Amino acid sequence: MTLKRTPLYEAHRSLGARMIEFGGFELPVQYTSIREEHCAVREAAGLFDASHMGRIEFEGSDAIAAADGLFSRNLTGLEPGRVQYGLLCNENGGVVDDITCYRVSEGFAFWCVNASNIEKDHRWILDHVASAAGVHNASEETGLLAVQGPASEAILSKVGAPEAAALRRFRFAQMQVADCPAFVSRTGYTGADGFEIYLSSGDLPQVFDALLGEGEPLGLRPAGLGARDTLRLEAALPLYGHELDDDTSPLAAGLERFVDLETGGFIGAEAIARDRDAGLEQQLVGFELEERGVARAGCAVALAGETIGRVTSGGPSPTLGKSIGLAYVSAGVTEPGSGFQVVVRDRALQARVVETPFV
Amino acid sequence: MDFEIPDELHYTSDDEWVHTEDDFVTLGVTDFAQQQLGDIVYVELPSVGDQLESGVAFGVIESVKTVSDLNAPISGQVVAINEELVDQPEIINEECYGGGWIIKVKPSNQDQIDSLLDADSYRKIVSKRST
Repeated sequence: MTLKRTPLYEAHRSLGARMIEFGGFELPVQYTSIREEHCAVREAAGLFDASHMGRIEFEGSDAIAAADGLFSRNLTGLEPGRVQYGLLCNENGGVVDDITCYRVSEGFAFWCVNASNIEKDHRWILDHVASAAGVHNASEETGLLAVQGPASEAILSKVGAPEAAALRRFRFAQMQVADCPAFVSRTGYTGADGFEIYLSSGDLPQVFDALLGEGEPLGLRPAGLGARDTLRLEAALPLYGHELDDDTSPLAAGLERFVDLETGGFIGAEAIARDRDAGLEQQLVGFELEERGVARAGCAVALAGETIGRVTSGGPSPTLGKSIGLAYVSAGVTEPGSGFQVVVRDRALQARVVETPFV
Repeated sequence: MDFEIPDELHYTSDDEWVHTEDDFVTLGVTDFAQQQLGDIVYVELPSVGDQLESGVAFGVIESVKTVSDLNAPISGQVVAINEELVDQPEIINEECYGGGWIIKVKPSNQDQIDSLLDADSYRKIVSKRST
């Protein structure tokens, strides 16, 4: 398979990035150091190329109504200018994808979907709508930059978008960023304040360069997938393929507040309601290691010699200086303070359930 | 990228360096290795007295993103471990050829040292891989 590249591939290379494969794309994992890029986001700001993320658009009331039937929240009632995080679920209540939904106007909305799921989501939509009219996969012609961290507002202001400061969390607006038309939302995947900037593909290099140039004096650094992962882990935000997949209930993942079971009316709602009434065997928890070592995805979770779960994401937290992780565990050990062991290369390391987000 | 490869050391193709002294050798990971690994967060060390077998893993080095085995470049007995790496594994990023040494080993077979790579040979291997 040939890896796709974003329009910023050359820019990443010239910044000295090390590239890796992610979701079918060749993307920067780090420019200098994951730890430094992580800390830049917590203390000042980081600039991420998130153009691998997909975008699927819905135009017209029929297309929007059809999309609503696939979305775990109420899209029809979502006011223009608002963003919602939510899920696409299958008939069994498993998660097809986790997405953010942007209501641009009465007659126009778009979904930002995971890179690895673009084709799957698009097919899922076409298989479940009465008409393909108004549904458009705009992933190729659009791109996404994220500016994340406490200095983000000041940086947007310096590239000609001071109106971004007026946006509240999970709101968005159309504005010019470095003279290019963009949707700017106060959202992100790091647990920090910041913005996501949706652009035409062709405008990505100009806006990327402008943000870097104007942002560097304010502490902005380019940040790669490595920092994106450690940041989202500290924020306990799920990563599709790790915490979520086609066989995992959103309830087990702790995402019940993003599933509107009262209104229902979306694929998977009945199955999720059944799961809720029956109770779940496994629940996602956050943990920290009490011994030296690093828990990684795939490590078994054990209690009294019995396997009771598995780690879905894990690694060092640069902010806390501890090893943290997310794991699906049996219902009895989900309370903060509960103890279990994480098996790392045949060594059982003591771990403790903690509140999430971690920071 | 630039990698420091001191002339006086021996090397393995899996990016470890070996410094021979009178009756033991000191070993660690190369500048190329520490740059590839990135921020090192944990080193799993053997115990003093452990017997190493050439080519077999004796420890693990973890960075933020990845896990790598440390493979024994020679057979022998561990005579010292770098205790400082327990609390400060990042020393390897800062000075991989100095304070970031990992273990000292008393070799059981001198011939194995002679078959290690010299600096020029290792330089060729790294330059091929980093392009």
